[in-house]
Amino acid sequence: MLTVLLLLWPVAAALLLHFFKGSVARVAAFGAALIEFVLAAYAALTFNGSNADQFSVNLPWIASAGINFHVGMDGLSLLLVLLTTFLVPIILLASFRRSFENASAFYALVLFMETGLVGVFTAQDAFLFYFFWEVALIPIYFLAGVWGGVNRAKVTFKFFLYTIVGSLFMLAGFVYLYFQTGPAANGLAAHNSDLASFYNLSLSAQQQSWLFWLIFAAFAVKMPIFPFHTWQPDTYTESPAPATMLLSGIMLKMGIYGCMRWLLPVVPLGVSQWQNLVLILSIIGIIYGAIIAIRQQDVKRLIAYSSLSHVGLMAAGVFSLTQIGLQGASIQMLAHGVNVVGMFFIADCIERRTGTRLIPDLGGLTRNTPILTVCFLVLLLGTVALPLTNGFVGEFLLLGGVYQYNAWMGAVAGITIILAAVYLLRMFQRVMLGPDSSFSATITDLTGAELAVLVPLIVLVFWIGLFPNTFLHLSEGSVMGILSEVVKR
Amino acid sequence: MISIVLLSVFGLANLFLGFLRSNRILLPAAMLMLGTVLTVNFIDWNAGSQSFFNGMLVVDNFSVVFTGIVVLTALLLIPFSEKYVLDGQPNLAEYYSLLLFSLVGAIMMVSYNHLLMLFLGIEILSVAMYVLAGAQKTNLRSNEAALKYFLMGAFATGILLFGMALVYGATGTFELANIKFAVQNPVNASLTPMLYIGMLMMLIGIGFKVSAAPFHFWTPDVYEGTPTFFTAFMSTVVKTAGFAAFLKLLVQAFPAATAQGLWLPTLTAMCVLTLAIGNVGAVAQSSAKRMLAYSSVSHAGYLLIGLVAFNGELEGASANGIFFYSLAYSVATVAAFGVLKLVSDQRMREDYDALNGLAKTNPLLAFVMTVAMLSLAGIPLTGGFFGKFFVFSAAVENGHIGLVVFAVIMSMVSIYYYLRPIIAMYMRDADSDTIEPLQVSGFQSAALLLLALLTVVLGVLPGIIAGIL
Repeated sequence: MLTVLLLLWPVAAALLLHFFKGSVARVAAFGAALIEFVLAAYAALTFNGSNADQFSVNLPWIASAGINFHVGMDGLSLLLVLLTTFLVPIILLASFRRSFENASAFYALVLFMETGLVGVFTAQDAFLFYFFWEVALIPIYFLAGVWGGVNRAKVTFKFFLYTIVGSLFMLAGFVYLYFQTGPAANGLAAHNSDLASFYNLSLSAQQQSWLFWLIFAAFAVKMPIFPFHTWQPDTYTESPAPATMLLSGIMLKMGIYGCMRWLLPVVPLGVSQWQNLVLILSIIGIIYGAIIAIRQQDVKRLIAYSSLSHVGLMAAGVFSLTQIGLQGASIQMLAHGVNVVGMFFIADCIERRTGTRLIPDLGGLTRNTPILTVCFLVLLLGTVALPLTNGFVGEFLLLGGVYQYNAWMGAVAGITIILAAVYLLRMFQRVMLGPDSSFSATITDLTGAELAVLVPLIVLVFWIGLFPNTFLHLSEGSVMGILSEVVKR
Repeated sequence: MISIVLLSVFGLANLFLGFLRSNRILLPAAMLMLGTVLTVNFIDWNAGSQSFFNGMLVVDNFSVVFTGIVVLTALLLIPFSEKYVLDGQPNLAEYYSLLLFSLVGAIMMVSYNHLLMLFLGIEILSVAMYVLAGAQKTNLRSNEAALKYFLMGAFATGILLFGMALVYGATGTFELANIKFAVQNPVNASLTPMLYIGMLMMLIGIGFKVSAAPFHFWTPDVYEGTPTFFTAFMSTVVKTAGFAAFLKLLVQAFPAATAQGLWLPTLTAMCVLTLAIGNVGAVAQSSAKRMLAYSSVSHAGYLLIGLVAFNGELEGASANGIFFYSLAYSVATVAAFGVLKLVSDQRMREDYDALNGLAKTNPLLAFVMTVAMLSLAGIPLTGGFFGKFFVFSAAVENGHIGLVVFAVIMSMVSIYYYLRPIIAMYMRDADSDTIEPLQVSGFQSAALLLLALLTVVLGVLPGIIAGIL
């Protein structure tokens, strides 16, 4: 029942939000998101560590077609639900400084999206998964489209079209798989769409080969993986800060999670057939994203490309099909979510104070802003994957996984750490240090409210960096389960 | 059956109400009548199949649910005629009567068991629609629409009737079950070509009514000229009844096993053509109303997939798919036309730019329009998604994978034009023409909200009605 509560509460809160206006709506939304986090934390505390589905609810949804409302959480789901419910209040808090026109609708959409995200991470039925997959898309389209920058209509249109086309391919794949299944244990319909029955299908290598691309299309666009990424930098740049954080911090993880849960164990023969190609694409994405990031003048765009580079490494780790690769991806999803949200928030803080995001216009900001500088540096070093920070644990495991698959690929992918250091430290140097700009004298340091956003993030940077086992233990059982499904056939 | 009687009586009663010369009571009276019919209709639910007029009409679960859709659509649509009431539109009582009579025709089309009844049903529905297309007597476009619709419609009716005559000649009967028997056990093989030509001519006749390509040419012009309120009626009720009649004909008179050699290639070709013309045509439009006209052509294409997928059972996946699709489509289309009517009544234009900034001036209208567009595009969370889902999966189950792939590609195209109103409403600022908020009565707001709610309920809890046939 807890899962259902986690799904219903944000929707209910979003509906209630229409009775509030302006800053009251903001506070109410933040309160609702905090309650959601408490629920998720309670789930994490009562989670018993085995890989079986817990908090599971299985009700008929479309009984005549054997489609069930089946939700539940294993360690991996729980990890991502925790990430989502942790980041949403942070993102809401981060947006307190900006006042949005029609605030109650804005915050209602954020909460509504939270339901979609939690649904994606907990669905155990293919069509339910697809349903939540799109439920998460609609609010973010409006968040970015209504409250975004000047080019928003064009940019969000591209984003919407890309993702919906990708997910329609996935739906087609699911429909095909659905017709291969038999009836459910207690169902009347001829087929069913439960995750477990998808795992138990025996499909020929040829079927799996094209099914792989149908299903992978949705995940590749969402992550995004090179060359399906062209929507991403524009969308990240044009969206309002909270939407960018939702997109990069949580939504991109839908793609990685989808691969781990709905691709690898469902079409393992297809995966082994295309594994090499996907790894090569991921590594191209890593290098390509990093090289473009070096040339960026816009802080937000730079972070967007750095995100592209980092997600490539996560995908590479997943497709290495090694335990440490998958574990690395699990922890890196968490770490990347924390870091990228923090980075975008810092970029937003600077933009709000100076009115610009362009690196050449900035410089020497550190003089009046010691706290901002320290926070920025910590998050930046986390992203660069310095030891003791969260990024290090994730990237170390991921690179280990890729290295186990192919030493050369591991070596090339490893360049990402060097390149990340190049573009991030260069940006830091030009924005915070360097010769004074017109803003250095007037810029003010972080306020208490802004610190309230950054402190939890920074705590997590060190927590994951120093005690990664808290989180690695959570996902270990699920990762082993996924790998055993892959090996089984 | 009782719904046909009631509607006929109510239609007459409405005419007499016109003598009172008070438009105010007409709208509530019409709503009350439709509500009564909708409720009474479900008395026959699960009552088995009952035949009337020596078996010329048969009321079964199939006819009950489709009657439900057409009456519900009319009931949900009628609040948007409020402006006629307020403006003291002359002849309003007659309009309402014609609507009620046309529903009688629609109900006959979903419960016929005899080709004559099918013909009568189509004619009752069509004649009323010819008149209503020209409801704005002083408007040239409206007159043009009525004339076009009438001339083309009369021609199509003639072909339909000719087809029926040929089928009668080949089989010696108008009764569906007897036609089926004669088709399966031909007495004289030399009559088969006549039967096939008859079947094709009937296909053309009905194809015209549901605006399936290549018999769709009248649609954009007629839809554009017809007053928006009646366009909505035309694109929902006529289409739903037409497809239900089509499905009955295919399943009960020309069964899959023998006639498939003729039906399948013809229907598939029509389906591909309709999808392509509807969707590509809609992309090119600059008027929202014309876009909706082409969109209605494209939806005829998706419904044709349901027909292609039919597997010989009136209770099978394809009937259920068409049922769900028609309901979701009707609700969303009424919502879209409802908003468009409010916009065009007060801003005197129907292009996309008339919607600019609507989200700021009338958030409710913008929200309802968004839900309707997402549903027509088949995005989850709305009924339209499950409509497509059921129809497509019925087709996949029967092995029409190529057709479904094409339809999915076409629905990707459709996202382009369904997003345009949304972009105009939410992402463009109001210009000087559209800065004034529209006046929407509480009554119409409630109707719009109900339509949006219905669409979402169909999209979130499809299980309540999926597979009831």
